[in-house]
Amino acid sequence: MSFRRYAIAMGAVTLASLVGLTAATGEVPYPDIPKGQGEACVEDTDFMRRNHMSLLMHQRDDTMRKGIRSEQHSLKECLDCHAVPGSDSIPVTVEDPQHFCRSCHDYAAVKIDCFQCHASRPEQEVVAEVREE
Amino acid sequence: MTAKNFDPARRSFLGSAAAATGIALAPGIFLYGVGATTQVAARGLDEAASSAVRWGMLIDLNRCDSGCNECVTACNKENGLQGHGRPETDAQWIRKVEVRDPGNGHSQSLPVMCQHCEDPPCVDVCPTGASFKRPDGIVLVDKHTCIGCRYCISACPYKARSFVHEALQDQKPHAPRGKGTVESCTMCVHRIDDDRQPACVEACGDTGGGAMLFGDLNDPDSEISKRVATYATQQIRADLGLKPGVRYRGL
Amino acid sequence: MYSEIEGRSTQFRALAVVLGLVILAGLSAAMYMEHYGHYVTGMSNQIVWGTPHVFAIFLIVAASGALNVASIGTVFGKTMYKPLGRLSGLLALALLIGGLAVLVLDLGRPDRLIVAMTTYNFKSIFAWNIYLYVGFIAVVVVYLWMQMERRMNRYAKAAGMVAFLWRLILTTGTGSIFGFLVAREAYDSAIMAPLFIAMSFSFGLAAYILVLLAACRGSGRELGDIVVQRLGRLLGVFAAVVLYFTVVQHLTNLYAAEHIGVERFILLDGGVYTMLFWGVQVLIGGLLPLALLFRTPPPDSTSTGRRVALASTLIIVGGFAQIYVIVIGGQAWPLNLFPGMEVSSSFYDGVVASYAPSLPEIGLGLSGIAIAGVIVLFGLKLLRFLPATLANSSLDPQLTHEGSN
Repeated sequence: MSFRRYAIAMGAVTLASLVGLTAATGEVPYPDIPKGQGEACVEDTDFMRRNHMSLLMHQRDDTMRKGIRSEQHSLKECLDCHAVPGSDSIPVTVEDPQHFCRSCHDYAAVKIDCFQCHASRPEQEVVAEVREE
Repeated sequence: MTAKNFDPARRSFLGSAAAATGIALAPGIFLYGVGATTQVAARGLDEAASSAVRWGMLIDLNRCDSGCNECVTACNKENGLQGHGRPETDAQWIRKVEVRDPGNGHSQSLPVMCQHCEDPPCVDVCPTGASFKRPDGIVLVDKHTCIGCRYCISACPYKARSFVHEALQDQKPHAPRGKGTVESCTMCVHRIDDDRQPACVEACGDTGGGAMLFGDLNDPDSEISKRVATYATQQIRADLGLKPGVRYRGL
Repeated sequence: MYSEIEGRSTQFRALAVVLGLVILAGLSAAMYMEHYGHYVTGMSNQIVWGTPHVFAIFLIVAASGALNVASIGTVFGKTMYKPLGRLSGLLALALLIGGLAVLVLDLGRPDRLIVAMTTYNFKSIFAWNIYLYVGFIAVVVVYLWMQMERRMNRYAKAAGMVAFLWRLILTTGTGSIFGFLVAREAYDSAIMAPLFIAMSFSFGLAAYILVLLAACRGSGRELGDIVVQRLGRLLGVFAAVVLYFTVVQHLTNLYAAEHIGVERFILLDGGVYTMLFWGVQVLIGGLLPLALLFRTPPPDSTSTGRRVALASTLIIVGGFAQIYVIVIGGQAWPLNLFPGMEVSSSFYDGVVASYAPSLPEIGLGLSGIAIAGVIVLFGLKLLRFLPATLANSSLDPQLTHEGSN
């Protein structure tokens, strides 16, 4: 293809993308992030927004490899405060878009896989049938 | 061949062999330096596990009844092991094994779980280092790093490990477990760190035969150390030289 | 001397489509397994490595052996093999990538491939293997470049030496994955590494011969019977060496009382494993091909190609059976926690584990072969891997005399 045609094609694609993007950002509303329980988070909101991923990454190694289980940065504690009650006032799991982590992560389109292994809500009394052996 | 004989392939091979040796040694040297030895006894939640402690179990088979499954039930409940009706792929962290001597017909029953070896083959073979041993002797799987290759399952002589074959929900918050990773008995590390006993030991004491004892093998004053010093105890497949932390009396 | 294949015939397109469909089937099988979890496969807590691993290990072992042909030419200086070197490198790459793809797609957490490639426990032979496999790809690419770029031809020998040593270490590593497992009675043996080396020589050359025959036939290039006969003879030697190591492996085990159980299982009463061992591995994959390959060729030399092709196919079939018996048979035999005792439990202690290949596993395994096929197919079309002719007359006249008998 000649350079001129190529340049026109590229320009058209870029323009279309820009239009599309602008339209897109206009349509997705900023999420309504559910408020956590208690007075305040263990760190302030700004710090958490920027650094919760690093906290999670480093704390998990401290806990797993060294056995350090400081309550302040424990995932269980996070989930206890940030549990979002569903329509039946039982905390929802990560399957539900209302889940605290999902409310931001869906919007930011950043996939998290923590809850493939970790429970996504505080322990419920009503539990699946335990296998008798 | 000329007098100045320099074979580039040989030099590059030697060079890469030397580099490989260096890379192989470096992590070991680093870990050796990092292993801390701090105070023992009731350690706070904020403190690291220390190598001054070696957690172990002693199971008295004279008190272990063939029909009793309290340890298994307790473990399943504590760690959220739900059965899916598929015994070939369902996870088992602890099981009762019936052993019968074909020569004289004598049979006994014993609970078998991860033996928390001192030289665990599962730790040796794990390609990513997800299978590891904590300084206090507990062998665990770091599911953040586990890629689910199942090599450790092949390597374990005790058939202690299971692979999670299905998606899981509502795991116990203190026992995370997920599809596609490998798992095994953690000796209830979440309880141990909280100064409690493993669930199987507790259940055996409460409603079972009182056969299981848990404690610090490195502490000469602990109940388990005293009993191990007094009575004859055995380890499963002691010939393999893995030095398991689980010992049996009357095997 | 070398040229691309045209790659426009109906045959070519049909083959590309078929291979593409198999790859798609394999990828969807992998997605299915990853989404629902491995309970949808035939693998279990007793047999953790199944059909995909049989395919993957075969492909990886054959990959390292396929490179042999190039090594014989460049490193050992046998002139007849020199024109065959480029295709050898291409096939080695293709088979390895196919095998690796199957291995990775079967992981419990294939999304963690980056973790696997950046976090290493160097005490694990598996970790070393990851380096060896990825490094092999780089080494072969460089080797091919040395062979194909005229200005770099003088470095081809050095590159060939590195490639040859690398693949020996790689195959030793692959065999050691099993050989280092002290717990498993079927594996714990130093002979696993040399056995795998021997298997790689044999399966790799068999695969090479089939690809060479197909490529020349498909692109209408002449392939004289001297080349085929020589390669066939070499294959016969390799197949004999595999049989030898198999005999040594089982004889040594039979001498040790502690291994009698697993040997009885494989050789006598293991059902499908015994049938695969004697019927397919030894007979179809060993004795029959040897009979075919060591026959004095009849005066009518047109049947050489068919004879050698048949022998190669039989060797490959036997090879799959051999790896199936090693990987799955070796896991089916229960662990021996209490030597001399009879055991039973809810976790299948003391019983021979049952296993049947499931459809997703077979699909995934076959797609590994298809991936290799696609790489070879399009490689031949894009670059000059295939010599223009391998007719008897094109060979060194000296060879024509000593080669024909």
